[in-house]
Amino acid sequence: MASRLLLQNLSKRHLLRSTFASRSASTLVLAEHEGGSIKAQSLSAVVAANSLSQDNPVSLLLAGSGSSLHQAAEKAATCHPSISQVLVADSEEFAYPLAEPWAKLIQLVQLKGDYSHVIATSDSFGKNILPRAAALLDVSPVTDVVDINGPRQFISYIPDTGIRYGYQETGQALHQKYFGVRSTSTSWLLVKGHRVMILNCVEVCRPIYAGNALCTVRYTGANPCMLTVRSTSFPVPPISVDSKSGGASISEVDLSTLDEDSVGKSRFMKLSSQDTGRPDLGSAKIVVTGGRALKSAENFKMIEKLAEKLGAAVGATRAAVDAGFVPNDLQVGQTGKIVAPELYMAFGVSGAIQHLAGMKDSKIIVAVNKDSDAPIFQVADYGLVGDLFEVIPELLEKLPEKK
Amino acid sequence: MKIMVAVKRVVDYAVKIRIKPDKSGVETQNVKMSMNPFCEIALEEALKIKESGLAKEVVAVTMGPSNCVDTLRTGLAMGADRGIHVEAARDLVPLSVAKVLKKLVEVENPGLLILGKQAIDDDCNQTGQMIAGLLGWPQGTFASKVVLDKEKRVATVDREVDGGLETLCLDLPAVITTDLRLNQPRYATLPNIMKAKSKPIKKYTPEELNVEIKSDLEVVQVTEPPKRKAGVILSSVDELIDKLKNEAHVI
Repeated sequence: MASRLLLQNLSKRHLLRSTFASRSASTLVLAEHEGGSIKAQSLSAVVAANSLSQDNPVSLLLAGSGSSLHQAAEKAATCHPSISQVLVADSEEFAYPLAEPWAKLIQLVQLKGDYSHVIATSDSFGKNILPRAAALLDVSPVTDVVDINGPRQFISYIPDTGIRYGYQETGQALHQKYFGVRSTSTSWLLVKGHRVMILNCVEVCRPIYAGNALCTVRYTGANPCMLTVRSTSFPVPPISVDSKSGGASISEVDLSTLDEDSVGKSRFMKLSSQDTGRPDLGSAKIVVTGGRALKSAENFKMIEKLAEKLGAAVGATRAAVDAGFVPNDLQVGQTGKIVAPELYMAFGVSGAIQHLAGMKDSKIIVAVNKDSDAPIFQVADYGLVGDLFEVIPELLEKLPEKK
Repeated sequence: MKIMVAVKRVVDYAVKIRIKPDKSGVETQNVKMSMNPFCEIALEEALKIKESGLAKEVVAVTMGPSNCVDTLRTGLAMGADRGIHVEAARDLVPLSVAKVLKKLVEVENPGLLILGKQAIDDDCNQTGQMIAGLLGWPQGTFASKVVLDKEKRVATVDREVDGGLETLCLDLPAVITTDLRLNQPRYATLPNIMKAKSKPIKKYTPEELNVEIKSDLEVVQVTEPPKRKAGVILSSVDELIDKLKNEAHVI
């Protein structure tokens, strides 16, 4: 209870302090690491942080335990020029991605570092942890962001002036527009005898209704603005590491004040994964997907063969997963993975809106289906009406060997 | 043990949505509304646990305008024992929903809280995690299998994660959010729909629960996603390979 009161006070003070004083953004990126290096998707959160503001020092938060953590931290320090600091939390608590200790950790780091934004990738890791941390910090998170319109200054409410609200790129312009004065350093202004508050705000765009609508939301709350971003929308350009910069500083997070109320109430038992040796579905350049029309797990092997030939990842529709042809981590769609490869090939996929939600941002879509009225043909760049049991073997035969 | 299940009224998943001309949102007038599919799965799981003798009562909760009671009645017809409706005029953000739920948990003292992993309208995927954080309870999100051990007061949860399936052991009370493959929700039968009409629904307002509904998020506009340009139907595999190679340059 006491800690909650303290938190509320903190966030209130925070609100007053934000605005001009914290015009320069600073971002905390929650990163995942595996086998001694940080995951490629985590870098897309860094790219997203860059699109918030040019001048945006990024602190990367890595947690875990043991030597692979420190190895990952070393690599992370030089992997992107905008990373200015790598924070390392080394404890047995973080050996597995359990939401309870991780959310506490974000809360702890935020209260100390006073970041204007906290960003994670919207995968099962980020989606599990970030909303919990947001609740602890009493702010609304925004999930699955596909576009960011930079931080702006924003007047929340001006009673009796006829001005509902307005926002501009910089505080100065805002002041000049609405008050004819130069910027002051306070977050409160007196307008016609009324105190009005000026807030930082961020506008972000996210898909809703299974991607059938795009919603632009404005965040006007206290720091931090917490986002999970779609990694396919913030592609990581090949980065030439500047050896002169020497990389970011690495520092350990002081965990002595980590509140352990809810930690220990959940325990990791096991992770069952299938290592196929094929590229990761989320980041593959080519994805080959099969639907219910494959009829059996045996036949689905044709899709796998084709994927091997193309150096592609294998995806599946919900129907194929439910029928037991493939494990569920291959599912593409609103409730599965969201992919946006260069080439997406759909075999025996009808194209339900829930499936399209997961793949319609692909560059080139190829559909092979017996039913010429299947909705998948409405989004396909190249369609082939035919029996996949004839088309796939023919493709296997005629496709050029992968270099 | 008592299980509380949160259910949301959303535009039916099969409806092709329309965006309002003024870009303020999605048309929900005269559109078929149903219970969010993930909430159905959550309720089904709660009912299964009750039927296996591990829980005594299932309470369904919903928040929103008065017509959300229809969704609650659907839940009661599926088998929930009673309902709670928190009447709120406008759409609540997940943080507000989580705060209201927290108050209801304090009133009702359930041993388990089950929610869907996301609502198919806002696609947020936040409420379960947020309520778990506010309560300080452990969370088992994206669950595809739940096994309760009443003696030890733990739940073993299989979670669908990016790399495969993860198994966690949670101390009760806990929050679980459901993924698609957890179960197959039952249909409400006609006699049960009739019976549901006499089951009690308790009403609250956020004010009565002492929750301040504030929002730090504002919808600026809702627009159509960019349309893909029409593609072409090809006649042979050779043509396809040729196009992919020489026109699209993807292979």
